[in-house]
Amino acid sequence: MKFLDENLVEVGVEVESAQEAIEEAGKLLFQEGLVEDSYIRAMVNAYKENGPYFVLAPQIAIPHARPEDGVKEASVSFVQLKKPVVFGHTSNDPVQLVFGLGASSSDEHLTLLKKLTSLLNNPQNVKKLTDARNYAAIKLILEMER
Amino acid sequence: MMMKILTVCGLGQGTSLILKMNVEQVLGERGIQADVEHTDVSAASSMQADYIVTSNELSESLVGHNAKVFIVNNYFDMDEINQAIDENIVKDQ
Repeated sequence: MKFLDENLVEVGVEVESAQEAIEEAGKLLFQEGLVEDSYIRAMVNAYKENGPYFVLAPQIAIPHARPEDGVKEASVSFVQLKKPVVFGHTSNDPVQLVFGLGASSSDEHLTLLKKLTSLLNNPQNVKKLTDARNYAAIKLILEMER
Repeated sequence: MMMKILTVCGLGQGTSLILKMNVEQVLGERGIQADVEHTDVSAASSMQADYIVTSNELSESLVGHNAKVFIVNNYFDMDEINQAIDENIVKDQ
């Protein structure tokens, strides 16, 4: 189980579109060997087929696909966009914080989602994640949560 | 019979589970007993439930469902979830 480890976090990323933002979040999971490259495509396809419902709060998207699309280990990555992009969500656009979710069918999946929910239920954390300029700042937020 | 609530998203993997956790937390705080299950939008169409909570985007796919469908826009806003539960569930009790 991997949750926002240093290699899974990137701040100030420049993208032009929602698809690129999803791919960046997926790439972090792939580079760490947590998902197959097919999973990145599945994340993008899920967006194309089901729309931007995973933009589940203002500024925040949690793109993911199904465990069988190529997840090796339950995991969460984070891409903070330099400039927000439009995903097409009616109330929560534009998106600046993108959490790539490597969804597994294990208990770890539930543990990861609990960690993510408790992190994002706090509006101050959302602001800090938006303002963070490096991993040290993110790490500090995560340590406060423990 | 225990009240049945579905939280619904596109794949039934991530988003609906997050919503389920926060809905359960609000229900728990208010002492409302309910069975909350998370699922994807196509499975939800053929499932029996009293209420369905989902996003605006997906609610259109659930028009005509026997359950009362209501929307939460910000899944991390406990005030909004509280209010949605007030307006849609508590009023019916």
